Amino acid sequence: MEPRDFLQPAALLFLIAVFTPILGRYLFGVFEGSLKMPKIFSDIERKLFHYCGINPGIGMNWRKYLFSLLVFNFAGIVFLYVIQLVQGWLPLNPQGFGAVNHDLAFNTAVSFVTNTNWQAYAGETTLSYAVQMAGLTVQNFLSAATGIAVILALARGITSRLSDNLGNFWTDVVRSVLYVLLPGSVIISILLLSQGVIQNFSPYLNVTTLQGMPQTIPMGPAASQIAIKMLGTNGGGFFNSNSAHPFENPTPLSNFIEMFCILIIPAALTYTYGLKVGSRKEGWVIFGVMMFLLVAGFSVSLHSELSFNPALNSTVLLEGKEMRFGIVNSVLFSTITTGVSCGAVNAMHSSLSPLAGMVAMINIMLGEIIFGGVGSGLYGMLIFVIITVFIAGLMVGRTPEYLGKKIEALEIKMAVVAILIQSAAILILTAAASVLNPGLSSVLNPGPHGFSEILYAFSSAAGNNGSAFAGLNANTPFYNILTGLVMLVGRYGVIIPVMVIAGNLAGKNISPSGAGTFMTNNFIFAVLLTGVILIVGALTFFPALCLGPIAEHILMKQGILF
Amino acid sequence: MKKKTKIFSTELFFNALRDSFLKLNPAALVKNPVMLIVEVCAVITTIILLSGISGGYYSGFNMQLAVWLWFTVLFSNFAEAVAEGRGKAHADALKKARKNVNARKISGGTVTNINAGELRKNDFVICEAGDIIPADGEITEGIASVDESAITGESAPVIRESGGDRSAVTGGTKVLSDRIIIRIVSEPGFTFMDKIISLIEGAKRQKTPNEIALTILLAGLTIIFLLAVSTLPFYYKYSMVSSGLNPDNNISIPVLVALLVCLIPTTIGGLLSAIGISGMDRMIKRNVIAVSGRAIEAAGDLSVLLLDKTGTITMGNRMASGIIPLSVVEPFTLAYASLLSSLSDDTPEGRSVIKFVKENYRIKTADIHTGNASYVKFSAETRMSGINLYPESGSAKLIRKGSLDAIERFVESAGGSVPEETYTIVKEVASEGCTPLVVAENKTVLGVIRLKDIVKGGIKERFAHLRKMGIKTIMITGDNPLTAAAISAEAGVDDFISEAKPEDKLLCIRSEQAKGHLVGMIGDGTNDAPALAQADVGIAMNTGTQAAREAGNMVDLDSNPTKLIEVVEVGKQLLMTRGALTTFSIANDVAKYFAILPAMFYSLYSINGNAGPLGTLNIMNLGSPQSAILSAVIFNAVIIVLLIPLALKGVKYKPAGASEILKTNLLVYGAGGLIAPFIGIKLIDLLINFLKIA
Repeated sequence: MEPRDFLQPAALLFLIAVFTPILGRYLFGVFEGSLKMPKIFSDIERKLFHYCGINPGIGMNWRKYLFSLLVFNFAGIVFLYVIQLVQGWLPLNPQGFGAVNHDLAFNTAVSFVTNTNWQAYAGETTLSYAVQMAGLTVQNFLSAATGIAVILALARGITSRLSDNLGNFWTDVVRSVLYVLLPGSVIISILLLSQGVIQNFSPYLNVTTLQGMPQTIPMGPAASQIAIKMLGTNGGGFFNSNSAHPFENPTPLSNFIEMFCILIIPAALTYTYGLKVGSRKEGWVIFGVMMFLLVAGFSVSLHSELSFNPALNSTVLLEGKEMRFGIVNSVLFSTITTGVSCGAVNAMHSSLSPLAGMVAMINIMLGEIIFGGVGSGLYGMLIFVIITVFIAGLMVGRTPEYLGKKIEALEIKMAVVAILIQSAAILILTAAASVLNPGLSSVLNPGPHGFSEILYAFSSAAGNNGSAFAGLNANTPFYNILTGLVMLVGRYGVIIPVMVIAGNLAGKNISPSGAGTFMTNNFIFAVLLTGVILIVGALTFFPALCLGPIAEHILMKQGILF
Repeated sequence: MKKKTKIFSTELFFNALRDSFLKLNPAALVKNPVMLIVEVCAVITTIILLSGISGGYYSGFNMQLAVWLWFTVLFSNFAEAVAEGRGKAHADALKKARKNVNARKISGGTVTNINAGELRKNDFVICEAGDIIPADGEITEGIASVDESAITGESAPVIRESGGDRSAVTGGTKVLSDRIIIRIVSEPGFTFMDKIISLIEGAKRQKTPNEIALTILLAGLTIIFLLAVSTLPFYYKYSMVSSGLNPDNNISIPVLVALLVCLIPTTIGGLLSAIGISGMDRMIKRNVIAVSGRAIEAAGDLSVLLLDKTGTITMGNRMASGIIPLSVVEPFTLAYASLLSSLSDDTPEGRSVIKFVKENYRIKTADIHTGNASYVKFSAETRMSGINLYPESGSAKLIRKGSLDAIERFVESAGGSVPEETYTIVKEVASEGCTPLVVAENKTVLGVIRLKDIVKGGIKERFAHLRKMGIKTIMITGDNPLTAAAISAEAGVDDFISEAKPEDKLLCIRSEQAKGHLVGMIGDGTNDAPALAQADVGIAMNTGTQAAREAGNMVDLDSNPTKLIEVVEVGKQLLMTRGALTTFSIANDVAKYFAILPAMFYSLYSINGNAGPLGTLNIMNLGSPQSAILSAVIFNAVIIVLLIPLALKGVKYKPAGASEILKTNLLVYGAGGLIAPFIGIKLIDLLINFLKIA
């Protein structure tokens, strides 16, 4: 570890901090409708609304907003499911792939609509260019826009006074795609193309390697999908090995750009949120807590990766990592992609040292709130904010208030449901898989490492992360159906309570703040919030983590590997 | 009631002990999901223990575990029983005071002796010196001094009289002098005393909104831990197979149960209801009767407090302290006019004017000739009182006394105008903090009566105290702006509303509430009743009218308006105690994990019979797996008992900003909650191993 190794992580986080207010202000302008857009875009927007029969000015209450969202997402799942079954009849299929299995098609459809992008399939051997572009890439945009819509509704609920108007779902989705995700993706695709990411419709190449062996090299329209995969924190790779593949992530610079893309929208949304609630400090406190958790996780991971490993008699664990990126960039990528609910990988997480693997798991188990998915990270974090405000509010002797809104039984009930439902899905299904035959037969490695593979799989699905602890054969009906269901529960089990909270808060009056008001924009609140997140997460998963990565770590120190 | 109740008197202790067993009834525990689970766990462990014994296998470990789980429930029940017991002691004292008395009912001019229990609403009774007032009522005739020590504990008698704001009497109090006629206002069984007794006994205690929210949070945490513990055997089975152990020797149910009970928030769960009951109790100790726990909690949230000036900020009543005639008017003319205009004014101010004039201008009652006259009573609406004289010769004389704006309207409507000099005098009087009352005859202004207001001693400090708590005080008064400003500056209130009509109180509360404030109101008069009902916390003075006492959600038996500070403190303490113990309870879990998990997992992946890798998590270096688990369970039970005094007394509250309070409590209960169990469990473990009982 040399000083220059710190340069890249430091530069990345610095750039994120610099771009957060810039993009944050832009997003605020877009969603408040206060920013004037070039005529060509506003024409598209107007026509789109016109043809779809949407009146963008009409506000929705939480039920209507949620109903529109669920219908919209359900339609997405059905479309994606069907398109996989009929891909054999569709164009842009140079390799002639046939229909996908029902259970895999279900899993993949749910996975992309829920912004999880868990991939039980290998892109280059399963899906045609048409399905990847018209199916998966489209959902990459829409699932990210759905996340943004939910956080917008929640922010409106927090800031409006005695109203039931949470905004218009369709307007929010259209604006997210048209003014944020689409232009962003175009810019990023061009940058990635410049680094050598491919974009073509050619059939796969058959070449003879230098050793004289024949090799098939997959082709395809990768760049257009990679940009939104990062920007929308989706994480579903065009190729099976995701961002470790040289056509997806060829150079250290492309690696840097991809990490930046994962973080930037979730980070900027904290600033947008601060502007919306009328205090940029509120946004920065949340940003600070997220950043602290990210840096802390990264430090633990890096320390663990670079510690002496008596089992291998070495301090460098390079198996499963790309030489192009090295240890620091692999660990940085793994911390970011798990914290941010992206799920793209540039190294195999199974090959991380046990503690680095544990950090990745904890990042997901905490509910994907370390910046988290686009929109979903922030609303997930606000759930913890509500719990923290409640406990802290009681401690200062007042009915807990958040930004002037009273936090009462219904908010607590919904916040508890949102936290509980993800944890329950992870714990129960890991328990089932670790004793049932169909669950165990997919496990590649023995001992605690195998247990980590199962635990990671369900955490990743419930947290809508989508990355995998490679090693588990996930393309079995058992895992396809269960992880598919868990992804649905993990996504909508949080969105629904969040929308209920948004609706309920919107109807409340705002109490003016005074000397006795508990403030949420200072250091002490940041400390408390961090504490609540870590303690709730730790208490829920500590026993399971003991039997997985912690046991493996201690054994590794004793020279035993799995 | 002033009698101090110790936290543990012997009688209280044994009653509570008995009650803690009675409360084991699951039907009683249903309201407390956390403790219900502990009881279920205790039952399961006991069944396993007994079935083991019947099968010829006795496990000392299971035996001790079962005993301590039962103790955990009993300790929690004990806390609740002690809190209830203290309330019951108060209630019993009150019940003794409520003897069966006779009432002399007046019906159709005859007086009949009946039992007080037979009195109905709107009956009239007569009470004389030495009588116990049979039921709540309103004096319709007469004045009397009343000993209210039975409910207030205050031995100094109070004056009750018909008309005005001091007309309410409470059943069970004793008339010391004079004779009064009372209209009964309550049905038997629904008297003020009955209400107090049932409130104190906790019979009608409902969970407050914050308590409900907290119960939900605790139930949520309990479910999370239930999941974490119940999935553990499955993970463990996988790990046993991986370590080559026999998967039939999975973690035993008593050990799982021990882990569960240690993790679920038993500390706060066990003390939650005791905290709520003791809050009510602490209010009663301060002589405030709250209609509901909800009101106490709301008191902690107040951000605006509306105070009626008279009787609250200033000493009871304003007294006439001078009359200032216009330069063209004879002093005696003004004095006599003032007196005439006050004859029909039975407010204390009116009476003070008569007294002042009689004393200073030597007018005897016999000298007052009204002849053919009609009286204009003071009304809060016109804010004038006066007299219309119709002498046999000459035109009618209309004499009025009232606030400047009221007299202005009166004079102008009669075709006159207010001379400039009047304004100068009024301004001067007002700027001294006194209240000017202008006297006019027909269309001529005669002069000004000066009413002196005396601000209560020490009130400024009390308002500063409230400000530190984050509560804004607003004085509301019928005075003109100048007087109001002078008094509010002297009293140190934050804001004032002058020239207020009764409905302005209501409007002011509504507008503050619309801004999102929680508003408290202290009042005593009948015209305060709507405002008291509208306020989030309405505190009625016990000396006030029945209407005011009915409208408010608290009654201050001492009739001391600054009592609100104590009310707010109790409300805040209540929430703080819950928050602090919740934090403590959750923080405790970290240490318990480090005690129990290594004990559970020590045999996994072990090589050659050595302790397995997860044994290294035993950072407290506890003696044996059994002693580790027992120590955690014992700590978990004992901590409830140790915290009972805190639950009953409440977390200490000092007025300070929210961040400061949070910092202190976070340090004490958060950091303390993390560290304390490490020390406690280690000590218990040392003791267990020393005694060799595990």
